[in-house]
Amino acid sequence: MKNLFKKLADYPTAIVALILILFLLGVSVYAVVTIPYEKAILLWRGGEEVWYANPRLAAPEWVNWFSDKKRPVSFSMKMDNPGVTKVVDTDESGSSEIVITYTFDYSYDYFPQEMMIYFTPTFTTKGPFADAVWITPDGRKININNFALDSKTTYRFTQDARLQRLLKNQSAMEGLFRDPAQETATPLKGTYQLVINAYTFETGSSVDAELVMHGTLAGWAGTDHLRRDLGVALLWGTPIALAFGLLAALGTTVTTMVIAAIGAWYRGWIDGLIQRVTEINLVLPFLPILLMVGTFYSRSIWVILGATILLNIFSAGIKTNRAIFLQIKEAPFIEAARTYNTSDRRIILRYLTPRLIPTLVPQLVTLVPTYVFIEASLAVLGLGDPNLPTWGKVINDAFTNSAHYQGLYYWMLEPAIMLVITGLAFAMLGFSLDRIFNPRLRQV
Amino acid sequence: MTAMTSSKSTIKRIGIYSLKRLLVLIVTVVIGVFLTIIIANMGGYVDTIMRGTIREDVSNAANQNKALRLLGSEERLKWINNEIASREKLAGLDQPFINRAFKYMTNALTLDLGRALFMTSDKGSQYVRDIILERLPATLVLFGTSGLLLFFAEIFVALIISQHYGSFFDKLLVFLAPLSTSPAWFYGIFLVLLFAAMLRILPFDGMVDAPIPETTWGYLLSMLKHMILPVGSVALSQFFLNTYNWRTFFLIYSSEDYVEMARAKGLPARTVEREYVLRPTLPTIITSFALTLIGLWQGFIIVETIFNWPGLGRTYFQAVQFFDTPVIVGMTVINAYLLALTVFILDFVYAIVDPRVKVGAEGGQ
Repeated sequence: MKNLFKKLADYPTAIVALILILFLLGVSVYAVVTIPYEKAILLWRGGEEVWYANPRLAAPEWVNWFSDKKRPVSFSMKMDNPGVTKVVDTDESGSSEIVITYTFDYSYDYFPQEMMIYFTPTFTTKGPFADAVWITPDGRKININNFALDSKTTYRFTQDARLQRLLKNQSAMEGLFRDPAQETATPLKGTYQLVINAYTFETGSSVDAELVMHGTLAGWAGTDHLRRDLGVALLWGTPIALAFGLLAALGTTVTTMVIAAIGAWYRGWIDGLIQRVTEINLVLPFLPILLMVGTFYSRSIWVILGATILLNIFSAGIKTNRAIFLQIKEAPFIEAARTYNTSDRRIILRYLTPRLIPTLVPQLVTLVPTYVFIEASLAVLGLGDPNLPTWGKVINDAFTNSAHYQGLYYWMLEPAIMLVITGLAFAMLGFSLDRIFNPRLRQV
Repeated sequence: MTAMTSSKSTIKRIGIYSLKRLLVLIVTVVIGVFLTIIIANMGGYVDTIMRGTIREDVSNAANQNKALRLLGSEERLKWINNEIASREKLAGLDQPFINRAFKYMTNALTLDLGRALFMTSDKGSQYVRDIILERLPATLVLFGTSGLLLFFAEIFVALIISQHYGSFFDKLLVFLAPLSTSPAWFYGIFLVLLFAAMLRILPFDGMVDAPIPETTWGYLLSMLKHMILPVGSVALSQFFLNTYNWRTFFLIYSSEDYVEMARAKGLPARTVEREYVLRPTLPTIITSFALTLIGLWQGFIIVETIFNWPGLGRTYFQAVQFFDTPVIVGMTVINAYLLALTVFILDFVYAIVDPRVKVGAEGGQ
């Protein structure tokens, strides 16, 4: 084993591959630890109530790194976030005056899409009142509106006709962020403040509020048409892809090898049967059958995994393995084992199959991406697991929402790049292993 | 033995060999289709198809029957129900599962594929067979072209590179080989993004331009333009790995003693390539070609869907989306047939080029 790593170090591609695989493993562990399984499903299936703070179809934040003109990044400010202060002043009668101040820097070259205030009042009979004041970096004060908070209230700046009239019929975002000194509509950079003054009329009554700004960028991975953070799918797609690929590759190669060994050892009708089954299986169209399973029975990733393994056991690999086993079978050590009455099982499992490991390991590693892509293919065709966030499902979403027509390249490229990394890492490692284990290829 | 009788007996032997293979393949297809039916009918889906077809036939017949129109609606319903029951009995729907599976299998094997639930062919036919026959040429054009083009390009490049072992291009090929682990649809996405969305020099998808060109040449040119990206993505997913494998394969064969001998004799490099390297490896090359073709048949569903190519693959995908079971089952059957046909044709070619097949038969006489 130690020797193997030493040899691998001679291949630069193998080192790169190992680093990439370690990276993927790291991402998997990180994903599983930070977002537990149930939470990942909940997030991915969640609608507006989970993702209200994200704009739709927002590109990732790092788009700004490649451009001089900065696009606004979405944010949400809750009561306990930095930049938010809440001062409560209660008098003897129990009614109080609450001042919530949101302070944030705006240093982008474009206007945001929308801003929202989510009020959460607590009271028993009489709801609180509130007003909101906008303070620009150059000190102008704009009264936004007054609110009677009889229930949970959402205020959307751009849908307020009164505010729009007040801002001389500009759209609310332009009116609030525009630099008055400029001829053309450009945002004024600097520190903005939104002050909410709320008045409650009962003891124990209070007001909490969340300020949400929808820019045109959001998160490190961007969002999709349902406001979902693609980061969840990119992170969670990793352990799913790796588990699927590794389990399928392991399941098929090992069973294929054992079955080939059994056939080569017993010969006769067992061998014949295995050969015929293999021939039939080669004529069975694999992907269409998998699609049928996905359509008619279950789209659960575990069912698909099982079907994938079953359909790939009797593959062309059985024929090549069998040919090798037939050679090994004649080796002197097998004859020796026979003379002292070793059981058939022992010969197959302990004497024959280990001999194939040098060809098996590279095969297994090279097969991993094939299966990762099979899972992705099914997802791209809309047969992905209904619960789990996977890379293929993101590509499918992007494709069905014609991301490439709309120029939303990040949506398609991010999962695709994760797939490329996985595919290349295992393929490069497999190729290097192949050359180490099968030196005949190296000589020529 | 004269040359005449020798060639005659060779033909006979190849004939017998092919016949045997054909028999084996037919049995294989029968079993394969049977398994497909079993898988599809586990949930009773094929039953639903049959019942649906019968119900529609009967109600059509009832509508057209003038005598029935005069009867009351209750009696008419009774007639319809009786008719349905007797036809279902005729179709064997009252029989046990295994009998029915055999019945469906014979239907499928004789390409009696029934009627689609929702889909129609462009000409408006609801018969699955019509739908499939209409879409088959598009698939054959796309995958025939890419298959043949790729195959010859791979062999050609591999032969040249194997003669220059260790050169820059050789190392480049080794470096690029892992790229071929990604499937064609995957490269399709990238190519569409690059050439259609960003550069806007090639069409996004489809088979011909929107107003269909009137002249045959215009049509062909337009189709060629639409084929560049799908063929390109198939090529990217196959070319490097296959060429790499061929190069290794040729390298091993180039180091055989008889090749060294031919070189030592001073034969020109091209003759050595053709007569001493290529000729003995021909059977392997053909087997691999068969496997490549089979691989392409598997991959066409997603490639056609991504490129909106109006072939079998995209139809299959649409059928999956509509839950149009008759189409799905029919396509699976066709796919099995096509695979078997590919295997058979290549077996036949194999028998012609592999001297051992002839020698083996001669030894048996």
